[in-house]
Amino acid sequence: MQITKPKIVTKCFHCGELCNNENIKSYDKNFCCNGCKMIFEILNENDLCEYYNLNKHPGIDRKIVTRKDKFAFLDDIAIQQKIIQFTDGKQAQINLYLPQIHCSSCLYLLENIFVLNKGIIQSKINFSKKEIFIAYEVNKTTLRDIVETLNSIGYEPYLSLQNFDGNVNKSFDRTRWYKIGVAGFCFGNIMMMSFADYFANNNIIDSKIQVFFKVVSVLLALPVLFYAASEFFVSAFKALQNKYLNLDLPVALALIITFVRSIYEIFNGSGNGYLDSMSGIVFFMLIGRWLQSRTYQSLSFDRDYKSFFPIAINVIKDGIITPTQIEQLKVNDIIQIHANEIIPVDAILSKGFANIDYSFVSGESEPVLKNIGEIIYAGGKQKNGLIELVVSKEVAQSYLTNLWNNPVFQKDNEPASQNVYDIIGKYFTYVVLIIGLLAGGYWFLQNQYGKMWNAITTVLIVACPCALLLAKNYTHGNMLRIFANLKFYVRNASIIEKLTQINHIVLDKTGTLTQVNTSKVRYNGMQMDENMRVLVASLLQHSNHPNSKAVFEFLNVKSFLTIQNFKEIEGKGIEGWVNDTHIKIGSEKFIGAGYNNQIKGTKVIIKIDEDIIGEYLIANKYRFGISALIASLKNHYTLSLLSGDNDAELNSIENLFGTESEIHFNQTPQQKLNYIKDLQTKHSLKVLMVGDGLNDAGALKQSNIGIAVADDTNSFTPACDAIINGNSLPYLYKFLAFAKLGKRIILFTFAFSAVYNIIGLTYAVQGILSPVIAAILMPISSITIIILSYSLVEVFSIKSFRQLKPKL
Amino acid sequence: MSVIIILLSVSICIAGGFLISFLWSVKDGQFDDVESPSQRMLFESKSIKK
Repeated sequence: MQITKPKIVTKCFHCGELCNNENIKSYDKNFCCNGCKMIFEILNENDLCEYYNLNKHPGIDRKIVTRKDKFAFLDDIAIQQKIIQFTDGKQAQINLYLPQIHCSSCLYLLENIFVLNKGIIQSKINFSKKEIFIAYEVNKTTLRDIVETLNSIGYEPYLSLQNFDGNVNKSFDRTRWYKIGVAGFCFGNIMMMSFADYFANNNIIDSKIQVFFKVVSVLLALPVLFYAASEFFVSAFKALQNKYLNLDLPVALALIITFVRSIYEIFNGSGNGYLDSMSGIVFFMLIGRWLQSRTYQSLSFDRDYKSFFPIAINVIKDGIITPTQIEQLKVNDIIQIHANEIIPVDAILSKGFANIDYSFVSGESEPVLKNIGEIIYAGGKQKNGLIELVVSKEVAQSYLTNLWNNPVFQKDNEPASQNVYDIIGKYFTYVVLIIGLLAGGYWFLQNQYGKMWNAITTVLIVACPCALLLAKNYTHGNMLRIFANLKFYVRNASIIEKLTQINHIVLDKTGTLTQVNTSKVRYNGMQMDENMRVLVASLLQHSNHPNSKAVFEFLNVKSFLTIQNFKEIEGKGIEGWVNDTHIKIGSEKFIGAGYNNQIKGTKVIIKIDEDIIGEYLIANKYRFGISALIASLKNHYTLSLLSGDNDAELNSIENLFGTESEIHFNQTPQQKLNYIKDLQTKHSLKVLMVGDGLNDAGALKQSNIGIAVADDTNSFTPACDAIINGNSLPYLYKFLAFAKLGKRIILFTFAFSAVYNIIGLTYAVQGILSPVIAAILMPISSITIIILSYSLVEVFSIKSFRQLKPKL
Repeated sequence: MSVIIILLSVSICIAGGFLISFLWSVKDGQFDDVESPSQRMLFESKSIKK
């Protein structure tokens, strides 16, 4: 038995990430990167270390260094005018959005930044909106300075010039406060009026005084009914106009019934009415709604800010090509886009032939030719060969995510999701009304009119559809966030539900199971002189296929010739012309049989004019963890492998997959698509396909769920439902298992709410539940559902994904 | 006993005054951010230099 020694890991003092380098230290504290260390030193020098006392690891990692002139555009007066909200020449006031605000340390530090920048007079945080208000002296500091100060401590403002209609939200939120205030005031005072009623019978009090109580109660009830409760009536009425019953209808009915009954009894002299219950109902329901909207706000913020599009683009600087993440692209960067890649930012064409397909953005699939100097908008797809562009505008992440969610890309084989929860939601109101009528009818027949009205009103109030609406949305929302943290980017919440229905998985080989960059390439054939190598490399440059990239890197050519008439045939090969020379590179079939060799393997054959020059043999390396992945997946799903390559590696694949799985080689993209279609129609299987975004676009679209694997590449197709980072791919089985767990969590919260409903209704139909108690129970049940769903998802995610990331 | 009418009327007016101040403070924006005041009170104040 071997006892493994625990590995001692140090966490960065600033942000909590693991420190790989033991040397980044300051004052005996370890940091993960120089960025974090710098922030610590700034704070230390300025005596702001309370930041670290308030919370452990309050910072966010600073491994990505921002360049010095990133905020130079803030010197521009026009831009300043858009951001500055008020200035009188001496003082200026601004509001900036800082998405990183998440704890009291942030609050502490940001409200003390005047220590770091002397020109700042005052700064104030609005925590829930994650905004900072700064007033500064115009002649002591500039907008750019302030933003750079914020950036230096790790709080880079999210500057999007479209973001400045935040004011609209504020006034809208306030009406809810007004309504709560009015409802609360009236509720309390009506209860005060009804005091005598609670304790004694009516004989003790003068009739004059009684009249006074009743009149005041009615007067106070009016603003509650007509102002505070207006949203229920408006919503129920609108739904009725559209001929369906929504969930505000029972509440509206309950309010009307209670009010009418009370007025009747008051003017009739038969009682004191139930206006206290009515206003109590309104008050507690408004509070419940406010709580719900606050929780929802924080969830959707997560989704928007963190919708990182995991695509990397080649940036050319001083002749060196570096793949860079989209969020790090800056204006005037030169980016390189290959055939079939999507242009992620607005950019100006500087080199090459651009034939742009804007179907991603506009739905128009007719490609548009662009000239050098013309601007190409984000979301366009390049159809020809390699082009170079100059970035002209940095685009927000969420723009691309929104494009991705365009209903244009809705798959045809999806019927509008009609699952159990939706059906129940539709009929819920009907059922509630029927129960109410039945209970009321029963008491009516028993001649117990008091109980009858009580039963009807409380049934209408107590029945809470919260679980149906809330549980599913919150659970899925939380899961989306957790998946994205682990580099599995799902298009939207409905996909998570579909993941649970999958029973068959199809995998691609090249680029999915195998890793592209670590291929070993061998050349067989005629000796190639420098000219030929340049020719071949120049053609290869335009393609983004894993094989092209592998050979291209192997050739290591630095200068290139211009290719005309570049054409890439998916899964087969590429061809083009340089002056009068025709070059063709691809698989054996594509080149035309004529070159025979005993050695099998992934082959890329070169043909220049009419001569076959030679072939490159590419040995692929399987990703780390793939065998464990396949073994786990086999337990729950049937698997297939479809590869465009030849069957050289049949043995190793059979070892991986076993003999029950279907394995097909030499598949064209169309054949892959047909295979999946077959599985869906003939065998009624729900198919999940994992493949390469470029070459498997059709198959990914045909499958029920298509997942594109992305490493440092731009191999994205809009028709895919999720993007998974190559490093996270070996854990696919965990993601699928977690999705299924989510289904059980929803079921559990739903059962919980059902039990609550049943107990509540049991008391309600007997007429012994007081309406006020019923009204209090509503928000309590909403809160419990929210808390339950959130905590269950969090707890299980930590358990399931412990090995993936030490800090979730 | 009828003095209770006067008592109640006055108390409602006072309560009404509070309601109006609440509504005014919402309008003024004091309820836009409910989380930071609770944290803010616990910080030690930094002396404003110069």
